[in-house]
This record gives sequence, structure tokens and C-alpha cells, in this order.
Amino acid sequence: APGRPPRQHVRFLPAPDGGDGGATGLVAARVPVLAEHPLVRGPRFRRLKIGAGHRLDVKASGVFVLGIGDGNRLLTDLYNCHLTKVYTVGGLFGKATDDFSDTGKLVEKTTFDHITREKLERILAVIQGTNHKALLMHSNIDMKTQKAYELAVKGLIRPMGKSPPIITAIRCLQFALPEFQLEIHCLHETQQYLRKTVHEIGLELKSSAVCTQVRRIRDGVFTLDDALLRTQWNLQSIQNAIGDCQLKVKTELEKTL
Amino acid sequence: MALWARQASRWCHLLKAACAAEFPGRLRGCSSTAQACHGFAPWALLPSPNGALLWRLQAHRHVSVGGCSPPDSAKDGSFSSPESNLPSPVKQEQAKAETLPDLNAKTLYEDWDDVPPSSALEEISEEEAVQIIAEPLLPLQSSTLRDYVDHSETLAKLVHLGVDLSQVEKRQKAGQLLLTLDFEKDIRKILLFLKDVGVEDNQLGPFLTKNPYILGEDLEALETRVAYLKSKKFGKAEIAQMVSRAPYLLLFSVERLDNRLGFFKNELDLSVKKTKDLVIRLPRLLTGKLEPVKENLQVCQIELGFQRNEIQQIVFKTPKILTASKKRLRQTFDYLHNIMGLPHHMLTRFPQVFNSKLLRIKERHMFLTFLGRAQYDPAQPSYISLDQLVSLPDEVFCTEIAKASIQDFEKFLKTL
Repeated sequence: APGRPPRQHVRFLPAPDGGDGGATGLVAARVPVLAEHPLVRGPRFRRLKIGAGHRLDVKASGVFVLGIGDGNRLLTDLYNCHLTKVYTVGGLFGKATDDFSDTGKLVEKTTFDHITREKLERILAVIQGTNHKALLMHSNIDMKTQKAYELAVKGLIRPMGKSPPIITAIRCLQFALPEFQLEIHCLHETQQYLRKTVHEIGLELKSSAVCTQVRRIRDGVFTLDDALLRTQWNLQSIQNAIGDCQLKVKTELEKTL
Repeated sequence: MALWARQASRWCHLLKAACAAEFPGRLRGCSSTAQACHGFAPWALLPSPNGALLWRLQAHRHVSVGGCSPPDSAKDGSFSSPESNLPSPVKQEQAKAETLPDLNAKTLYEDWDDVPPSSALEEISEEEAVQIIAEPLLPLQSSTLRDYVDHSETLAKLVHLGVDLSQVEKRQKAGQLLLTLDFEKDIRKILLFLKDVGVEDNQLGPFLTKNPYILGEDLEALETRVAYLKSKKFGKAEIAQMVSRAPYLLLFSVERLDNRLGFFKNELDLSVKKTKDLVIRLPRLLTGKLEPVKENLQVCQIELGFQRNEIQQIVFKTPKILTASKKRLRQTFDYLHNIMGLPHHMLTRFPQVFNSKLLRIKERHMFLTFLGRAQYDPAQPSYISLDQLVSLPDEVFCTEIAKASIQDFEKFLKTL
């Protein structure tokens, strides 16, 4: 909204024709107060309240949700919806490092020729199964009721409170030795937990693996298509993006709460 | 009554002489009185006629009492009829207080026979009531110039010139300097001098915002420095350009400027003409610190492994490399040399890559590798020159160099 016009006050200025010397030719005039001139008072807005959604650490990339001003309240509501996030995790067989990523200190090197795609997928299925049991346990719903059955059919069972990280779905996108790429749907996780998972997959396959890339492609209702690139970090695009996502966020919140 | 007029005129002369243009003699009431008193407190020490000083102090006392007083209306430029504005009753008890010493205003009346001051609770006529202007006092200390800008002509004229006072007041002591200066006497001379040197009219505002301290400088010193630059054969337009781009240049004394020019000539082993050209293009070199420049040169030579003549060429083409941050230089060079595989002579030919953002280089290089078009060797076909890599805007880069659409580029960026 444009700022209000500057106040005006009455000043007695010398008459334009000079008068007859002295101060006899004074004229009352309404002039704007100079103290409210933009060059004197400075910029109108100096700060913005920006809050961040689910954390994304330094080595990871992807969709990162920010709330501006009053949007911070929606951020807490979205957090309480406990929606799943989707990550693309890239890994490399044959190395193991201390912090599970490819920039850490090397701990051991192993062979990986024996690994095939089926073995990998078997391991992934095992992981998914154990995590599904954990999901049912933490969602605190009595499994023997009709309501639970209906929710399970729709796929809406999830923990609505605090819980350890749970992977709801995991599958292999690409497999080209020694590199591979996984897509992971998860809840309440951190990126380091995902890297640790990659490391454990390597151990299960009797080899070792490090994580090269962690990318979030979806955070609840926000996907990569809604995301703004660095070149689009200007007022107009931000406003458009907010307008586009408003409806989606509202429907999701109403569905859950 | 005649005595009264005499006192009034004596006092007014003194006030007019002292006032100058700082607080113009307009219809001001108590505020300017108080300000005048505070501003001229040192006057108390001058051998001014006793009566006049005490008059002022007495007026001040009346002000602090908060009421109207005849001295106020008498202080107007017009001395039409101060006598008619005086209150009528003569207080008898004040005659007894004549014996009280120093600042007590009763001692004034040793001079006068008949005119005692009035008290605040007297009734006055309508015309006097209309002539009273009771403005709030200006604050004695303030952290912004906003409180003073309405009452000071100097500040008002500076604002009309385009000086950003909100920036100036953040600097140390700059606000205080501006308040003590006077537009007609000091600032005008320096503004005319700057115009002589060649600074444009619309540039004066931003210039003074960045360097308000020049208004406190001595005019002869400034002229000596400009004469020195002219003696070193810098042309008038060139001096104008240098001064506009580096506002602090004229604050440096002649010896300092000389030292710095000599430093650059020796360190870079360039000829006089080339050094001058360099300094004209980046006058910030003369105003900044010298240690970072030395360190940057060491980094270029030792860590990055450039030869002396290569460094000379690079610096001549892009002098900004001397003031760039070392961490950024190292990171950019690391990426260019090790990951993109560019040899030293290529980097010497296109030093602009050191000036651009590392992220931009990374994104474009990765896109080109993804498309298989990352060829930086001029001998090979479909060669891409480095300056086009960094300097072109995104659309032109996508269509001309990468031969892909912008949507593809954006989708690729989202996969990084």
C-alpha cells in the first residue's frame, strides 16, 4: 500500500517580492514537513518476518518452504498435518566415509561387482516392510476397527504426533554400477538419516555405499514445479507463487484438521 | 519608555549580528529564544553590554516560566511599537529586590526607572495573545537529523539537493558536522568547487551522501590536490570521472596520493601511462587499503600459479581482481582449473570469469556438459569462448550457445 502523504505545517516565509526589507513581508504558507521527506526518514520497510518450513541441510538441495509475515502461522499448521516428503537420493557403491557422504573422510573401500538390481530391490522391500510396521505402531490406531480399515484403504494412516523417522515408500529409480538412485517417501526425517540409510543398504549388500546427492522433490503440497529458481527471486514471481499455492494449502489444511 | 526602546534596539543589534543565517529572524517565539540562548551560551563570556546579556537571560527565564512576555514580541524584526505591547502594571515589590546579585533579573532595573517585567499570570490583550507563538523546544541531543531538518536552512537546502540524510546520520560525526556548517558561508564554496572539478549537478546529492566530510575540508587543500592531479597529466574529464566514482579521493593529502600511485607503479611494474589508465578506470584503488591488494597479488602469484606478465595482463584487463576477496578467487580458480580443465593461458586471455559469480559459472558449465557441448579449446570445433559463457544474459546464452530453450535450462537447474 502506498505510504500516506507527508504532513503539512504552516510556515511564515518571506514574501516573494522582497517586501521593503526587514521582516514586514511575511506570508503564511502550507509546506510539507521536511522531516517526513523520503531522503530524511529513510526506507519505509527495513525488515521482513520470514520463517522456514522443514529443515534442509547444507549439502542437500530441493524444495524449501518459506513463510512470510502472517504466513508463519500456516507453517505451524502444515507441520501439524504430518504430510510425507519425497526425496531423490543418489548413492555410490564401493566407499564408506565417516559422515556417510562423499565429502567425508574415507573409512574403507570395498568391491561391489556382486551387486545386482534384484538384490538391491530385495533389500528395499525389507526396509519398506519394517518401516510399515513402525508406521502402524506409531499412528496409535487400533488395528481391529472398521475405521482403521477404511483409513488403510485410502492410505491415510500416519502418525499425528512425534515419532522417529519413518520411510513410507522406497524404490529404485536408476541402477548403473557403481551409481544408483532411489526415491524415498518419508516422515519426520533428517537428511543425515537418509544418508545413514544409504550406508546401511550398502552394508546389507555386503559392500559399502556413500550418499552423493539428497534432493527434496516434494514437501507436502509443494512440488518442484511450484519452486522458484534463484533467477526468479523477485517480488512479482513470489507474489504469483503465493497466489498459486494458496488454494492447495487451504484444501489440505481443511482436510486434515 | 525611551530607555526601554534603547535597550531593545541594543539587544536586537547584537542578536542580529550573531544570528547570521543559522536561524533566520522570522516570527519565532520561545523556541528560537531558547535555542539562541543555548547556542550562544559562550556569549556570556564576551564583553557584551551587561544589560543586553541579562535581557536575554531574563527573556529565557520568562520562557521557562512558560508564559508570554513582551520581550518576545519585541524580538520581531519590526520594532513598530514595542512600548504599546508592554504590560501596564508596575510591580512595586520588585523594586526591593534590586539588591540581589548576578543572574537575578531584578538587577536590570537599576538601569530603568519604571518598567518591571510582567508575571505569567497577568491578563493580556487579544492582540498580544495572537502574536504569541509557543513552539516546543528543539531537542538538545538527538540521534537523527529529522528533529532539526525543519528548523535549519542548511539541512533543508541539502535535502533539496538530493543528499540522503538518513544515510548521512548513520556515519560518525557527519551529522554533527552538517549541523555546525552554514550553507551560505561554507557549503556553497565547496559545491561550486565540485562543479568546477566536473561533478554533475544531479550527482552532487549522491556524492555528498557518500562523502559528507568533504564539506568540512579546507578549500585551498582541495585545490592543491586537484592541481597535483593535473600536474600528473590527468585530463579534466578524467579527474571528474575519478572524483565522481571515488568520492573520498579528494580527502587524501597530496603525499598519500603520491605514495599510492608510486605503489601501484612499482608493484605491478606497469608504465606510467598504464598505471594512470588503471587508476582512472578503478579509482577505488587509490582510496582503499593497500594490504589486501598486496595479499591478492601474492595469492595470484603463489597459489594460483600465474606468471608476472600474466598477472600484469589480467590486472590491466580487470583491475577489480585486486580488490576481490581471496576466498572467492581461490574457489573460482579451483573450479575453473581443476573441474572445467582450463589452462592458465586461457584464463589470462579471459580474466572476466574471475569477476562473475561462481554459481553462475557452475550452472552453465553443468548444463553444457549435460548437453555435451562443454568445449573450451579454440582448436576444436563448436568452441565456446569464456567471455560469452559468463557475460551473456540467460536467454541469449540458452538460444545461442547451448542451443536449447530456457525451460530446459530451468528444468535442468531444478535437478541440481
